[in-house]
Amino acid sequence: MDAESARYIGAGLACFGMLGAALGVSNIFSAYLEGSLRNPSAAESQRGNLIFGFAVTEALGIFSLAVALICLFVPLPALN
Amino acid sequence: MANDPMKQFQIEKLLAMDISGYDVSFTNASVYLLLGAAIPAAFMLFASAKAAVVPGRLQLVGESAYNFVHDMLYTSTGAEGVKKFFPLVLSLFLFIFTINMVGLFAYNFTPTGQIIVPAMMALLVFFTVVIVGFAKNGLGFFKIFFPSGVPWPLYILITPIEIISFFSRPLSHAVRLWANIFAGHLLVKVFAGFIPQLGDMGAVGWGVAVIPFALTIAIYALETLVAFLQAYVFAILTCIYLNDALHAGDH
Repeated sequence: MDAESARYIGAGLACFGMLGAALGVSNIFSAYLEGSLRNPSAAESQRGNLIFGFAVTEALGIFSLAVALICLFVPLPALN
Repeated sequence: MANDPMKQFQIEKLLAMDISGYDVSFTNASVYLLLGAAIPAAFMLFASAKAAVVPGRLQLVGESAYNFVHDMLYTSTGAEGVKKFFPLVLSLFLFIFTINMVGLFAYNFTPTGQIIVPAMMALLVFFTVVIVGFAKNGLGFFKIFFPSGVPWPLYILITPIEIISFFSRPLSHAVRLWANIFAGHLLVKVFAGFIPQLGDMGAVGWGVAVIPFALTIAIYALETLVAFLQAYVFAILTCIYLNDALHAGDH
């Protein structure tokens, strides 16, 4: 297998990491919605925690996206 | 390639300099780092120049930036943290926020998209935490590895985890900011690159190119949110880490 095709396979494999981030982010927002429908008066005060948790979780998906994009676009001599 | 998405991260030497074998050239990154320091400083000076009891529009923006960081630091570290670390956290937040926002404009360079810039800021925070932690608590600082309110047999399990998580903090702190900016900027350029590629296919291609064009705008809007959010997350994580240095073993 030559290096050029290996980088495309690697980029595709790296994208599997985003699966976990997708589950995590959906979990955060579903839990927030569930909690805020049960107790709407407390919802507004937890908006900051929501955004913070979202950003921290979403970053992990971004990490794997960064790996995939590096696989795709960084020229090969730079990686050797 | 005409529209290479990696081109935006290229560092160009504007003024080549060399000090005893070390490359200390003045590059395009240096320009934007200086802008990141100059713009908030100039803005804050300008906003507080005509300070009045009833603030004008400019003063209001300056004050709300100040209050935003103040409240963030106060809720996580208390009055003691505000007294000690407010200048550090405010500078970090405004610096990152300005750099991210300036970098969003077309043809501009984003220094936070280079791993070295967030890495240095994260290491600065890490060593501040270690030094202040030992100066304030002495050897009691090691209590952060032994959280209170835990039955002692669990320390066998928890202490190694706490030690690993403490030392991986600067890594995740830096990579979170870098990867968000790097991947975001790359994504915008990749989607924008689809437009001329489709356009090469003729009139039908230009018609289909509306889809990546709309997506580019949507991702760009998301990136504007991310630019603020990552500065906020970096600052609030700094607050949380500094709280550990001040109140070791309380968590």
